[in-house]
Amino acid sequence: MYKATVIIRTRPDILDPQGKAAEQGAKLLGYTNVSKTRIGKFVEFFVNTNNTTEAEKEVKEYSEKLLSNPIMEDFEFKLEKVDEA
Amino acid sequence: MKPKFGVVVFPGSNCDHDAYYTVKKVLDNDAEFLWHKETNLQNSDVIILPGGFSYGDYLRTGAIAKFSPIMDAVIQFANNGGVVIGICNGFQVLLETGLLPGVMLKNESLKFVCKDVHLKVTNRNTGFTNAITKDVITVPVAHGEGNYFADEETLKELQDNNQIVFQYSDENGKITKEANPNGSKLNIAGIINKQGNVLGMMPHPERCSDPLLGNVDGQMIFDSIIKNL
Repeated sequence: MYKATVIIRTRPDILDPQGKAAEQGAKLLGYTNVSKTRIGKFVEFFVNTNNTTEAEKEVKEYSEKLLSNPIMEDFEFKLEKVDEA
Repeated sequence: MKPKFGVVVFPGSNCDHDAYYTVKKVLDNDAEFLWHKETNLQNSDVIILPGGFSYGDYLRTGAIAKFSPIMDAVIQFANNGGVVIGICNGFQVLLETGLLPGVMLKNESLKFVCKDVHLKVTNRNTGFTNAITKDVITVPVAHGEGNYFADEETLKELQDNNQIVFQYSDENGKITKEANPNGSKLNIAGIINKQGNVLGMMPHPERCSDPLLGNVDGQMIFDSIIKNL
């Protein structure tokens, strides 16, 4: 079995008002060194197979078709072999 | 025979009854609700994807609704030339399915915007607009993610093919930054597909069609649809 973690990022050329708002908050808190805050998504789940190729294919397709929208987002994922969920 | 409107109901739709009420009670057409788990459009002549928060807007607006069983039938209907109008969340669903190009981002202000806006009817030669008698109409918006985005190439294509139907404007039809409630590229409020049978728009024509509400500009959109069936 695999544990998958997917990170979804808004593409760099797309405005991220959430990140901008969070960064304004950071400045108010006095964290003046903080810059270029971007907010994305983190998704984790298990894949019930021991076949690496099959697991990779499913995670990639799940990320492409549903978890992210390729027009505005990029994703990357990581697979980790685990004994149980 | 009266034209029949099929109003799709997703879990979380909340403008479905307004749309149904408008086409059936105000404009005297046939109408039927279509539950998202159905696969049959019940011989509808027009499909309405209504506003709301389908599937709680989880993941992205419209992202999960696009896999509802009814959507296979809607996509097939649209690809065969059937008339589909997506309003607000319905527009977001149309973008996710790819029936219309682009995506919706969060409003630039991060605020949910709920107010009447002026819309320039940029293309009055469509099956959704050719009964509109004014250059500028007033229609309410109510959304948190109506900030239309597409890459430059797509935007150019939309312009070249006259697919931009409604743009946020001032009362005289001037496209200004101040008139843009959400940060949409080119002040886009509504677009059609290349074939002209699918319209997505963020403003709510079903909320300004009953004379009791004091504004009936929305009626002209439904009148156009009916006229062209």
